[in-house]
Amino acid sequence: MHLPLLWIIPALPLAAVLLNLLIGDRLGKAGTTVLACGSVIVAFGFALRAVLHLAGLPESERHVVEACWTWMRVGDFSADVSFLLDPLSAVMVLVVTGVGSLIHVYATGYMSHDPSFRRFFLYLNLFMFAMLTLVLADNYLLMFVGWEGVGLCSYLLIGFWYERPSAAEAGKKAFIVNRIGDFGFMLGAFMLIAATGSLNFDQVFAAAPHVFAAGGAAITLATLLMFLGATGKSAQIPLFTWLPDAMEGPTPVSALIHAATMVTAGVYMLARSHILFQLAPASMEVVAVIGAATALMAATIGLAQNDIKRVLAYSTVSQLGYMFMACGVGAFGAGIFHVMTHAFFKALLFLGAGSVIHALSDEQDMRNMGGLAPRLPWTHATMAVATLAIAGVPFFSGFFSKDEILADAWASGHFGIWAVGIVGAALTAFYMTRLYVLTFRGPSRLSHEAEHHLHESPPSMIAPLVVLAVLSFAGGYVGIPFQEGGHAFARWLRPVMEAGDVVPVHHELSHGAEWALLLVSVLVALGGIGAAFQAYLQNPDLATSLRERFAGLYRVLEHKYWVDEIYDAWVVQPFMAASQWLWRVWDTVVVDGLVNGVGYTLELGSGMLKLFQTGFVGTYALWIALGVIALFFHFLR
Amino acid sequence: MIPLSWLIALSAVVFAIGVVGVLVRRNALVIFMSIELMLNAANLAFVAFASHLRSLDGQVFVFFVMTVAAAEVAIGLAIIVHLFRLRETVFVDEIHLLKG
Repeated sequence: MHLPLLWIIPALPLAAVLLNLLIGDRLGKAGTTVLACGSVIVAFGFALRAVLHLAGLPESERHVVEACWTWMRVGDFSADVSFLLDPLSAVMVLVVTGVGSLIHVYATGYMSHDPSFRRFFLYLNLFMFAMLTLVLADNYLLMFVGWEGVGLCSYLLIGFWYERPSAAEAGKKAFIVNRIGDFGFMLGAFMLIAATGSLNFDQVFAAAPHVFAAGGAAITLATLLMFLGATGKSAQIPLFTWLPDAMEGPTPVSALIHAATMVTAGVYMLARSHILFQLAPASMEVVAVIGAATALMAATIGLAQNDIKRVLAYSTVSQLGYMFMACGVGAFGAGIFHVMTHAFFKALLFLGAGSVIHALSDEQDMRNMGGLAPRLPWTHATMAVATLAIAGVPFFSGFFSKDEILADAWASGHFGIWAVGIVGAALTAFYMTRLYVLTFRGPSRLSHEAEHHLHESPPSMIAPLVVLAVLSFAGGYVGIPFQEGGHAFARWLRPVMEAGDVVPVHHELSHGAEWALLLVSVLVALGGIGAAFQAYLQNPDLATSLRERFAGLYRVLEHKYWVDEIYDAWVVQPFMAASQWLWRVWDTVVVDGLVNGVGYTLELGSGMLKLFQTGFVGTYALWIALGVIALFFHFLR
Repeated sequence: MIPLSWLIALSAVVFAIGVVGVLVRRNALVIFMSIELMLNAANLAFVAFASHLRSLDGQVFVFFVMTVAAAEVAIGLAIIVHLFRLRETVFVDEIHLLKG
């Protein structure tokens, strides 16, 4: 039988990291480029080969496990380093290596002037290794290794320009906020070990329906803890505040880690654990509500931001909310579908924004842009495709995935969630069109300096944009609705989603209802786009007057609901005060007191003992003689 | 035949002279000789008991003690000679660098 060679997919970027670390200084810039991009592109090749192999198998056998070695064996518990390829991880591994390759190529152009070129690709390849470990792991423990690995790389890359205090702060914030989520992940994993005695996906999912009472407290708590982990990694309420700050990192990092791959790890984890979540309906409701709330909240914040990358960051938070909304209403497949299309168009948006920033000599404020369409034709065209895709305009990829999520929300009876999703979709169309208009249309508001240096990006940056634009348009056609037995993407995921004893409930909509929902979301998307064109292009005074009319609301949105300030006052400051107390009282007084006390006691004792050591041989001899006499008395008494 | 108690008494007296010599004299050579005195007091006791108990063990032990004493003299004298070369003195109360 021909081997799937799964281990080689994460091993290639790791090998590139090690080579770069050991001999990178001798390779030079060109060598580093070839090594970094080459390893990821070859990994994509291997991933493609493995997935084609998987597709050639009959549907019931699409579950390839490749065991490498036993990592640890403690009593009855054992964990392996082994990889799993099934339709779900196949989608993720293709997205990660495919979009990852494009972003690597783009980054060679974007980072070409950076003095830390080599360090950048070292981190980026390390990230690829961790992310591929995460999606290919066949147990929660190995998944957690990847989970922590991507968190570390995210921290390193957000703080890549560590000379800037804001970047260093943002990196720390991302790391600490993620830790809170990771703690939940770990506790959830501990509960799974306690109940099922294993962390292996197959064993946990096989045992779960028997050891957990459906809807019981244990499974609800375990899944909620795991969802806490997902909210940290995927920037959902209450742990979303780190993602907008993460924009301090270089733009290819924002595209790769904070849009296309790492932040979707939480969705992947939920989809992977869908058997557990289906046992806990209460957790599912929580996931759906949190997802919908995040989608709406982030979309409203996105309306009032002026930094081009921050708008995209809030848009990412909002889109991730849609994915969780899908998982919460039981449409895990639709969530993964949106992960894929979002990876295409959001990576494209970030890379396009990076191209604009690059062209304008690091200008990020949209108020200082405008009228760039004729000057940056390729960037403009590709960004326009991505904007149409995310806004949900028919025939673009985002339309298919978002519409499927909304249809599933309606079909499962979550009408409130559906309504929130529709409002969010309208806002998405509005703020994305606003971004597009402010950047590319209308009069130029460029500074003289920026105007002078304005240039279209080099081919290494344009080529990935074009490929991603094609994918952003065409990526949705694997999920055309109105097909008997579900569309191609759903059929592909079916072996995973219908595995186990818990069969998901199917909600069939009548064709009429489906058409009606489709029409509503199309109208909403076009309405949002039209409104933004009206407010920012045809009639710019409208935006200003609206802003003045609703000044209070605008202030709330501009300051992001003061979430950061509230967290600072209610969480960070009390925590700091407690730490200060522990430092000044517990540490300096108690711990240091104990340690120093031992020292002082010994010093006092030895100070007395040293009086006996006079240096005179005679004195010692006298003590020996006295000792002998004392012994005599003791024994001969 | 001399009674055992006399011999033991003599041994004890010689040993006590050795102890006092070690404790009160300053000259390293004399201290050394006093130690030899103590060793020989012990030898005398061994021999006395050996003859009293009609056993050879005590006499054999004396040879061991003499061997050890010879080795000790060799090392001890070497130390004293070195000491004199370095410090030009053999008085132990003038050598008290090693103290707490």
